[in-house]
Amino acid sequence: MDVMEKTDEVTSVGAREYLTFRLDQEEYGIDILKVQEIRGYEKPTRLANAPEFIKGVVNLRGTIVPIVDMRLKFNCAKAEYNDFTVVIILHLRNRIVGIVVDSVSDVMELPADSIKAAPEIDSVIDSSAVMGLGSVGERMLILLDIEKLMSGLDMGLIAAEE
Amino acid sequence: MAEAHQESGGSGDFDLSQFYQIFFEEAGENLDLMEQMLLNMDLETADDEELNGIFRCAHSVKGGAATFGFSDVAELTHQMESLLDKLRRHELQPNAMMVDVLLESADISRSLLARHQAGETGEPPSSADLVRRISELASGATPAAVPAPVAAPVPAPAAPVAAAPKAETPVVKGERQLEIQMGPLERLDQVDPVKDLFRDIAGLGEIVDLPSDRPNFRVFKVGTSSSNDDLLDLFAFHVAREHVLIRDLGEETNAASEAVSWSDDPPPGAPLAPAPGFGFFDGAPGAPAIAKAEAAEAKGAIKPAGKAPAQLAQPEAATIRVAINKVDQLINLVGELVITQAMLAQNSRTLDPTVYQQLLTGLADLDRNTRDLQESVMSIRMIPMSIVFSRFPRMLRDLASKLGKKVDFVTQGEATELDKGLVEKITDPLTHLVRNSCDHGIEMPEDRLAKGKSETGTITLSAAHQGGSIVIEVRDDGRGLSREKILRKARERGIEVSDQMSDADVWQLIFAPGFSTAEVVTDVSGRGVGMDVVKRNIAALGGTVEIESAEGYGMRVSVRLPLTLAIMDGMSVGVGDEVYILPLSSVVESFQVKPDAVSTVGQGSQLVKVREEYMPVIELEKVFQVPRFDFEKACDIMVVVEAEGSRVALLVDELLGQQQVVVKNLETNYRKVPNVSGATILGDGKVALILDTSALVRRSRH
Repeated sequence: MDVMEKTDEVTSVGAREYLTFRLDQEEYGIDILKVQEIRGYEKPTRLANAPEFIKGVVNLRGTIVPIVDMRLKFNCAKAEYNDFTVVIILHLRNRIVGIVVDSVSDVMELPADSIKAAPEIDSVIDSSAVMGLGSVGERMLILLDIEKLMSGLDMGLIAAEE
Repeated sequence: MAEAHQESGGSGDFDLSQFYQIFFEEAGENLDLMEQMLLNMDLETADDEELNGIFRCAHSVKGGAATFGFSDVAELTHQMESLLDKLRRHELQPNAMMVDVLLESADISRSLLARHQAGETGEPPSSADLVRRISELASGATPAAVPAPVAAPVPAPAAPVAAAPKAETPVVKGERQLEIQMGPLERLDQVDPVKDLFRDIAGLGEIVDLPSDRPNFRVFKVGTSSSNDDLLDLFAFHVAREHVLIRDLGEETNAASEAVSWSDDPPPGAPLAPAPGFGFFDGAPGAPAIAKAEAAEAKGAIKPAGKAPAQLAQPEAATIRVAINKVDQLINLVGELVITQAMLAQNSRTLDPTVYQQLLTGLADLDRNTRDLQESVMSIRMIPMSIVFSRFPRMLRDLASKLGKKVDFVTQGEATELDKGLVEKITDPLTHLVRNSCDHGIEMPEDRLAKGKSETGTITLSAAHQGGSIVIEVRDDGRGLSREKILRKARERGIEVSDQMSDADVWQLIFAPGFSTAEVVTDVSGRGVGMDVVKRNIAALGGTVEIESAEGYGMRVSVRLPLTLAIMDGMSVGVGDEVYILPLSSVVESFQVKPDAVSTVGQGSQLVKVREEYMPVIELEKVFQVPRFDFEKACDIMVVVEAEGSRVALLVDELLGQQQVVVKNLETNYRKVPNVSGATILGDGKVALILDTSALVRRSRH
């Protein structure tokens, strides 16, 4: 139901642009308007007692920004850091967060009718954070509600209510 | 603004002269503001908001002037205030004449103030004439035209001198019969409130509906002694001036009964045609051109006295008010500059001084200038504690007299400066503490005498710098805290306590939420009403509260706060490959330790003996789970830090140096990290975490 509503919302706005990136073999898409910038990976300052997928914090022109490695979060087989590793800096509603991905592929426009509701599947991703599946030719795009995903308690970016 | 000023003015126990400067600034601002509002005000549509705003300005100036004994200013502004009061209550309708007079008064007030500021030198500008004119206007008299060159000294309100006899509204004593036509109207009932006016305002006269020959017009017959202008002003709220036509029926009858039989046809003259109607109102102040002429005349009227406004001295502004976000932006930019400078300094360390001598000299200059700039910028935000302290004498006086106690109030260190943001936030907790001292600390005079103390109790409020923080103390010589009673109450509430607890720990109990209700601690009432809130507020500012008390002799509450929230002196320490920052203000000493100096107690908690004192050891490596790749190297440096009255020794790899760091909030984009109070950016652009020494000390207690 949730997913249907979201899809309707997309329809009403018409085609939206998505930034697509790769994690291992999977391709994901997020709303381009949430993306502030894309930059190379630099070693963050480690934070003690943080979950493994929170790599630490970096200095983004004077702002302290936490870095989440999506590959670790989504249990990808390997998470290497090399010259091609990129960080997508997201500008969410009330915070700035960087996510580490294998590579950024494209910015594409998806008409609403090419987005299908995602079936209920058991995965590491909170299913309510999946807006739907987009099909681009032969490729399947997992469209994430990145705002919802990053503000989930399991991301550890926000302290649980005490 | 006005409130703050009044508070400072209210502290009668102080030497008021220290507040003169503030008063002069605020009065000047208020007058400027008033002038601006007067100029922007649209006479016809002036709403309550505007009128109230203008009134408030005059009121603040008056209040201040009266407090400081500038009676001439107070008198003038008092008159302005009365006039404005009537305006805002709609007893009078604003007109250009009033605006002129008010503007003039503002000018005179300003020069009077300037004279006081300059030490009462020179001839005081005469305000008597203005005072008279304002009170005339305020008494509801017809806006007497500016006295003609003849300048009749005191034109009686009832019979004002007409400046331009032909154009002036004929003002007649006694009642006149008028026919008033209103229209074209969108809705006929739109002018019903006009009739209410006649009902509500005593002495205005009577109004009777007359039949109208045109559908969108209303015609009234009015018997009144008010002038046409006054009527127009009154109606202006409900119907535009242009849509009102007043005809004098010329019947000087006083008989209201005739009104019934009066049934002349309404005049055929079209109300929209301005010529006949406006010819009548030539003297109306509402007409802009005329108003200007009057204003010019008004000035002319003063000139003979040799007080041309242009020549009046303007008070000099020794300060400027700037939006706080501009200052904050400046502080942020300087913060970034400090980081850049630190980066340059770090990168230039390896350069050969013989080759790059000029560059290095330049960098040294940059270092010094940056530091100076930073200090100056930070000082912008600093304001003296006297701003806070000044509110207490009055409060205590009232409170003491209400409670029937005798209290002396002493303040120390009012000149101590503190960040503006902190000052605002510390005021409430301090108020609470001072009130507590008076309410619960100081005994009744007879009790004090019985205990051999002087009848009058003393409450001392002091502020002083101590290292990187400011310490504010509230002391009283009252009854102090009762250890037994606190312990008893704690047991009743199921808090675990023992008789062996140290005094300091017992006092901390009163900060427990809900602990502090009446009859808890003392016979009268709870010493700790809301103490938990006080503590929480102060902790939120990065400060701490400590209590010392001796039963029967008084108590002292010390509030320790950081001087500013934005920049602090830090000491960087290395653990493994990581760098952490310690607030320099909490660092006591550091030393190299031999492995055998550390002894273990119980389940592995370590103690180190420093100068005959054992203190707990905290290994930062373990607290922060620092990964270690080089197992050869051992931590052998200890840094003793002090927080919340206890000391712990932190075990680190190396000391990297001292530097000023710009404190950044980690929680803006992330959540709270245990034992970390914030983050900063190092010279190389990397982020380093700032340790929360208080949390580390608390950790060692458990």
